[in-house]
Amino acid sequence: MKILVPVKRVVDYNVKVRVKSDGTGVDIANVKMSMNPFDEIAVEEAVRLKEAGIATEVVAVSAGVAACQETLRAALAIGADRAILIETSADEADNLQPLAVAKLLKALADKEQPQLVICGKQAIDDDANQVGQMLAALANWPQATFASKVVVAGDKATVTREVDGGLETLELALPAVISTDLRLNEPRYATLPNIMKAKKKPLDTVKPADLGVDVAPRLTTVKVAEPAKRQAGVMVADVAQLVEKLKNEAKVI
Amino acid sequence: MAILVIAEHDNAQLKAATRNAVTAAAKIGGDIHVLVAGAGCAAVADQAAKLAGVAQVKLADAAHYADQTAENLAALIVDVAKAGGYSHVLAPATANGKNALPRVAALLDVAQISDIVGVEGADTFVRPIYAGNALATVKSADAVKVITVRTTAFDAAADGGAASVAPVAAAADFGKSKLVGREITKSERPELTAAKVIVSGGRGVGNGDNYKALLEPLADKLGAALGASRAAVDAGFVPNDYQVGQTGKIVAPELYIAVGISGAIQHLAGMKDSKVIVAINKDPEAPIFQVADYGLVADLFEAVPQLTASL
Repeated sequence: MKILVPVKRVVDYNVKVRVKSDGTGVDIANVKMSMNPFDEIAVEEAVRLKEAGIATEVVAVSAGVAACQETLRAALAIGADRAILIETSADEADNLQPLAVAKLLKALADKEQPQLVICGKQAIDDDANQVGQMLAALANWPQATFASKVVVAGDKATVTREVDGGLETLELALPAVISTDLRLNEPRYATLPNIMKAKKKPLDTVKPADLGVDVAPRLTTVKVAEPAKRQAGVMVADVAQLVEKLKNEAKVI
Repeated sequence: MAILVIAEHDNAQLKAATRNAVTAAAKIGGDIHVLVAGAGCAAVADQAAKLAGVAQVKLADAAHYADQTAENLAALIVDVAKAGGYSHVLAPATANGKNALPRVAALLDVAQISDIVGVEGADTFVRPIYAGNALATVKSADAVKVITVRTTAFDAAADGGAASVAPVAAAADFGKSKLVGREITKSERPELTAAKVIVSGGRGVGNGDNYKALLEPLADKLGAALGASRAAVDAGFVPNDYQVGQTGKIVAPELYIAVGISGAIQHLAGMKDSKVIVAINKDPEAPIFQVADYGLVADLFEAVPQLTASL
């Protein structure tokens, strides 16, 4: 069974981004970039399925500028077998929206015929939480979002999902799309020998046009602004003062 | 212009999140119709019909909507949206809404706008990006706007309406997925996303027994819901549906009490719109103090019981 794992290059999750003063976006020049944390979990899960003898090949795919190759190499170092970069211009990459990515992945899935696509539940930059669901819709496949446990047996996947109020378990007929939640697994660190080996693994590049996909954006960003700042708070000396303030000043208890 | 709001419910009760989505729909302007899809859910449709501002309720009652799988729900919504010529399809940004709506958008070949916190016009919306560290205003060029609504950013629509309930035909059963189990965390407390007061614990609490012993009595006194940081969930102190943050629940209560939580970006993304934030932490440098209205640098094992006793 072949597994396709989409990965995204995003601003590292520890970086506190700043909004550009002209309101056109956030300043990501010279900021550390990394693989989206949910995608690391997706790669890890696919590699574990391979180690368990269920998957035969894990293909990592990323869409964006040439620098996304680094993200793909990181996936290869975790254990993916080969990688595909859907290379766009910098301008296209800035405006690459979930629907376009889902269409690119659908076109790739038609070619590669994976039995399973495992993606992250959301990217921590646009916080959209859409691509997996959109891909499942376009491919007419079932989906299991926010997965915290995945069991694949035969032509079925049994997936436990994190939902409001608890957990639910779905049984899906393959091929299917699964999106990962944080508790699915603990991604491994890539070891130095594996990072070296990853440099020799195949990485193909295609263009959106090769896949016959129009990546024109549907949404225009009018402006990006800083959220309202909270007023500076006060430090209280003890519990008695805290209770007094909550009762008389904030009037919340 | 007509707007379709997808009701969130458990086949017996309309969930409060639906009310916030109706308010967002009212800000866009136009006739508001609510779609209730489920099995044996006529009571929910009656509750939806009472919401102020709702012009019509559409009820799709069929066995294959009992579990509200994304596949079946999305196919139905697409049928209803096309037949009704709706300009907007809205759902609350809950686990269900986030699951189904992108599927609807892709089937309609339109973008989806996630987690809106503001309405600037019929085609222009405000939504947080980068864990809430920036607010993007986006304009849609699509004929149908498919939107999920951040519930904490809009007031709940009150009762007072008297809409009619009209049945709609079910779409075909997708059949490639089925629900095989559900484990719902039982709680007597208010629902986290709707609570007026939240008491939340982090890694500093130490373990699950401490969490119970310290935070439950305080929450009881305040009639509060209990929350947690990711660290507390990962360490197994509490189930994962307690998690507040970018990847957990987004809350905005009147009072949020953060106990033993350092205040990582991802946690702040889930609670920084709370009206009053109290932080109790022994580390004076903890980032949580930068957003706290009232900060107390103290050992939580002493401060929390004192606080509970003095209420």
